[in-house]
Amino acid sequence: MQRRIFLKTATLGAATLAFPSLLRAQGKEPIRIGFPLPLTGPFAAIAGDMKQGAELAVDELNAKNGILGRKVELLIRDDQLKPQVGAQRTQELIEKEHCQFIVGGLAAHVQMAINEQTKKAKVLFISTSQSDEITAKPDASTITFHEALNPTITSRVVGKWVMENLGKKWWIVYADYAWGKQNNAVLIETNKKMGGTVLGSTPYPLGSAEFSAHLPKIQAAKPEVLMAVTPGADDIAFLKQVKSFGMHQQMKLAKPLHWISVAKQGGPELYQDVYGGVNFYWELQDSIPEAKRYVEGFNKKFGIPPGDYGVYAYSAVLEVARGSELAKTTDADKVAEALRKSPQYNHVKGKQWWRACDNKSIQDMWILKGRAPGKTKGDWGLLEIVSRVPANEDYDRTCAEKGHTG
Amino acid sequence: MPEISLAALAAQVFTGLVLGGIFVLLAIGLSLIFGLMTVVNFSHGALYMLGAYFGYVLLTHTGSFTVALVLAPLLVGALGLAVERVLIRPLYGRSPDDPLLLTFGLSLVVVETARLIWGKIGLTLDPPRALGGAVNLGFTYFPTYRLFVIAVTAVVLLALWLFLEKTNVGLLIRAASRDPLMVRALGFDVGRVWFIVFGIGTGLAGLAGILAGPMRGAYAEMGVTIIIESFVVVVVGGTGSLVGAVVSGLLIGQVVGLTTFFVPKLAEIIVFIFMAVVLLLRPSGLFGEAGLLE
Amino acid sequence: MSAVAAWVRRHPVLGFFVVFAIFPWVVPYKSLATQVLIYGLFALGFNLLYGYTGLLSFGAAAYWGLGAYGTGIALAKLKVTSLWLALGAGLAAAVVGGAVFGFFCLRRRGIYFAMLTLAFAQLLYFVGFHLADWTGGDDGLRGIAVPAVVLPGLRIPLDRSVVFYYFALVLVGLAVAALRRILDSPFGTVLQAIRENSDRAAACGYDISRIKHLSFVFSALFCGLAGSLDALRLTVVPIESLHWSTSGQVVIMTLLGGAGTFFGPFVGAGTFLVLEDLVSARTESWPLVIGLVFMAFVLFLPKGIWGTLTGNSAAPK
Repeated sequence: MQRRIFLKTATLGAATLAFPSLLRAQGKEPIRIGFPLPLTGPFAAIAGDMKQGAELAVDELNAKNGILGRKVELLIRDDQLKPQVGAQRTQELIEKEHCQFIVGGLAAHVQMAINEQTKKAKVLFISTSQSDEITAKPDASTITFHEALNPTITSRVVGKWVMENLGKKWWIVYADYAWGKQNNAVLIETNKKMGGTVLGSTPYPLGSAEFSAHLPKIQAAKPEVLMAVTPGADDIAFLKQVKSFGMHQQMKLAKPLHWISVAKQGGPELYQDVYGGVNFYWELQDSIPEAKRYVEGFNKKFGIPPGDYGVYAYSAVLEVARGSELAKTTDADKVAEALRKSPQYNHVKGKQWWRACDNKSIQDMWILKGRAPGKTKGDWGLLEIVSRVPANEDYDRTCAEKGHTG
Repeated sequence: MPEISLAALAAQVFTGLVLGGIFVLLAIGLSLIFGLMTVVNFSHGALYMLGAYFGYVLLTHTGSFTVALVLAPLLVGALGLAVERVLIRPLYGRSPDDPLLLTFGLSLVVVETARLIWGKIGLTLDPPRALGGAVNLGFTYFPTYRLFVIAVTAVVLLALWLFLEKTNVGLLIRAASRDPLMVRALGFDVGRVWFIVFGIGTGLAGLAGILAGPMRGAYAEMGVTIIIESFVVVVVGGTGSLVGAVVSGLLIGQVVGLTTFFVPKLAEIIVFIFMAVVLLLRPSGLFGEAGLLE
Repeated sequence: MSAVAAWVRRHPVLGFFVVFAIFPWVVPYKSLATQVLIYGLFALGFNLLYGYTGLLSFGAAAYWGLGAYGTGIALAKLKVTSLWLALGAGLAAAVVGGAVFGFFCLRRRGIYFAMLTLAFAQLLYFVGFHLADWTGGDDGLRGIAVPAVVLPGLRIPLDRSVVFYYFALVLVGLAVAALRRILDSPFGTVLQAIRENSDRAAACGYDISRIKHLSFVFSALFCGLAGSLDALRLTVVPIESLHWSTSGQVVIMTLLGGAGTFFGPFVGAGTFLVLEDLVSARTESWPLVIGLVFMAFVLFLPKGIWGTLTGNSAAPK
C-alpha cells in the first residue's frame, strides 16, 4: 500500500517535470470524473481491471493537456454491487466532490440507480456495464451514454455464430436475474429464427454454486451445444461440474461472454474448447495498432495485460475528454450534443460510434475459444481469437423498439 | 416440464445428500455455538471460507489432498479457539447483542483479509486425481468426489457422535449447549466447555469449506449466503438439538435438491418456505424442546 | 459532548429537532445527512420491537421495502400526483404487511420468532423479484417522479437536496414525537414490562399477544415511513430493499448505537453511514477498517455509543 502511494507520487512528480503543460493545467480548477465500481464483492476482479483502465486513460490525458487545458482527477468509489450504495456514492461524487462527469457501474441494477441520480443532477453519465434497459425508454436520457455491449447484441452475435459453427440443438442454463433472463430470451429467439431447436432452458439462482441437480437431465437430452449464461464465479462452478459429469466430451460448450479474469481463475483445463464472445482481448494487439498501444501502456503501468471490461472504462473516460474538447465546455447537454454530432471514435479496438437515437456505442465483438492446457500464452493467454464480428447497429434492438421516436 | 427419468431423480437424491452434508457440518457448529452465546455466530461463514483457502494453500505446498483435508479444519479450529479466548470470552455474561455485533465485525475483517492475501480473483481447488472422474452407480454416473464428500461427512458425524455420547467431555458439552446455567450451577467449568465447543464448531466449518472447495472453488464471499441457510437448518432442527441439526440438514438438502430439479425458480426461496411451515406447525423445530433458548 | 447528550436525553423531541437542524451543516454533504435521518428512523422502528418489546426481528427489510415499493409504485406505475397519497400508500402497505406477518410470526418466541420474520421477508423479496411488471424486478423500480409538497397556499418542489432534507426532517421528527408519546403512554410501559418478563406481564392481566401485535404493527409503520422516504430520496427502489442484508444492516446499526435507548438507533445509523462514507472513499479495504471499529466498540464500549455518551446503560434483556 505504502509503496503504491510512493510510486504514484513519484510518477506524478516525474510526469510534472516531463510535461510542463500539466503545471499550467494545474493552475485551473481540475475536471473531476466520478467512477462508482464494485471494488468489493464477487465482481471485484473485473472492477479492478476497470479501475486500472480508467486510471490509464486519466494518466494519458494529464500527460498531454488534461481536458480543456485543465487537470483531470479520477474519483473511484466502491458501490459494493448494491444499488443503494451506488446511488449514495453518486450523490456524494456530485454533491460533495462536484464531479462534472460520472463514468462506471458494473451491474445492470446498480447502473440504473446511478443513472437516476445523474439524470436528476443533470450530469453526463457513461455507463460501462451491460444492460438492455439503460438505452431504452424510460431509463434512457440525452445525457446517458452506454459504452458497454448489452445482452441483445451479445447474444445475437454469439448465438448466430454458434448456430453457424457449432450446432443447432441447444440447451441453455441461465442465471435467473435480469441479465441472465435477457440473454436467455435473445438466445432462444436467435436459435428459432435460424431454424434451430432449444431442447431446454434452465434457470438457476444467481450466485448458486450448485448445478449438478440439472446436469443429468441435460446429459440425457443430448444437445449439440450447451449454452451457459453463468456470470462470475458461477461459471467456474458450472464448468467444474459439467466436467465432472464428463459432459464436455459429449457436447460443445459456449457462453455469451468470456471474462478473462474468470477464465484465468478457472484455468485452461476448465476452459479448453469453451467458446464465448468478448468486447476486447489483449491478443488483439497483434492485429490492431490502437489495441497494441493500449496493451503496452497498460502492461507498462500495471505489469499485467488488460482484461475485457477495463477497455470500457478506458474508452469512456477518453470519450468524456473528446466530448468536452469538441464542445469546449463540460456542460452535460453540450458535451452530449457534441458526441452525437461527431459520433465516431477509436481509442482501443478499431472504429466504434454512438448511435444518435439512444447514445448506444456500436462496436466490434470477437469470438474466443479456450486453448488446450500447455498451449496457453503465459498467465493470461488462455483464450484464442476465433472470429471477429464487425460492428453493426442491426444487432441491437431498433430505435423504435427501444421507445425512441424519430 | 422435461421428461423425468428415475435415474435422473436418483442422481438428484445423491446431489441433495452432498448439499445436506455441507449444511450439517455448518449447522452443528452453529448450533453448538448458538447454545452458548444465544446468538448467531456471524463469523461462521468467514471461517468456512477460510477452510477452503487454507485447503488451497496446503494443497499447493504439500501436494497432498489428504494433508489439506486433515490440516485445514484443524487450523480453522485453532483460529476459532484463539477467537474464543481473545474476543468472545470477555463478552460472556453481557448482552447477547455484543457477540452478534462482534462476530459481524470479525466476519468483515476476515473476508477482507482473505481478499488482501489471496486476491480478488477466486481460486480453484482440484480434487485428487483418484477422485476426479465419475462413478457408475448402476443407474447413473455420479462424480466420484461427491461420493467422497458424503463418505467423509458420514465418518466425521459418526466420530462426533461417539465423542459426544461416550466421553465425559461430550456429556458436559451436550448439557452445556442445552442449559449452561444448570451446568454451571452443578459446579463445572463452563468456560472450558465453551472453549472446546468453539474449537469443534469452527473446525467443522473449516472442514465444510475444504470439502466444498473442489466443487465450488474458493472465493472470499463464499460464506455469506450459506450461513443464513445453515442457520435455517439449525432452527428447523430445533436449537440445541444436534440430532435435529443432522436430520434437518439432510432433509433440507433433499428439499433444495428436488426443488431445483422440479421447479428451479423456487430453489432460492424453498428453504425459507420450508422453515416457515415447520415452525408454524412445530413451535421449537423438529427436535427442539419448548422453552429452551428462546 | 456528554452534557449535550444528557440534555438531548431529557428533552428528546426538542433535542432531536435541534440536533438534526444543524446536522446537515456538519456532515460532508446534504444527501448523507438525509440518509442518516432516514436510516435512523428505520433503526428507530426496529428498536421499538427489539429494544422496547424484546422481540428480535430479522425481517425489518419487509416493512422498509413495503413502504418503499408502496410509495414507488404509486408514483411510477399508478401515476399518483399527490405526495401525501403516495406516502400514504407506502405506509398502508407497511402496516398491512406488519399486521399479517406479525399475526403469524408472533405465534413463536425467541429465535423461532426471529427466523419466521426472516422467512416472511425473504418470501416478499422473492415475490418482488419475480413480479417485475410492478416492481421492476432486479433492475429496481425506476421512473419515480417526486411531486412537490402541496400545502394550502404553499408549493415546495423537493428536487434540491437541502430542501428534501428539511422535508424529511419534519416527517421523521413527527415520527420521533409520536414514538416518544407511545413509549410514555401506559402502552409503552407494558411493552417494557413484556421485554423484562412477558410471563409476569401476562400474569398482571395484560393481553400480551395483542400488545405485541400492536407493537409489531407500529414498528412496521415506522420502518415503512423510512422506506417510503428513501424511495423519494433515491427515486429508485432496488430489489435489495427487501433482502435480508437490509434487515441485517438495521440490526447492526441499532446494536452499534445501543438497543433499548431512544436515540441509540440514530447514533448507530449515523456512525455506520458516516464511517462508511469517509472510509470507503479512502481505501478499497474499508470493510477491514469498519470491521475492526465494530469489534473495538463491542470490546471497549460495553454500554454502546449512546449509553456511553449519556452514562446510561443501554443493554436490555
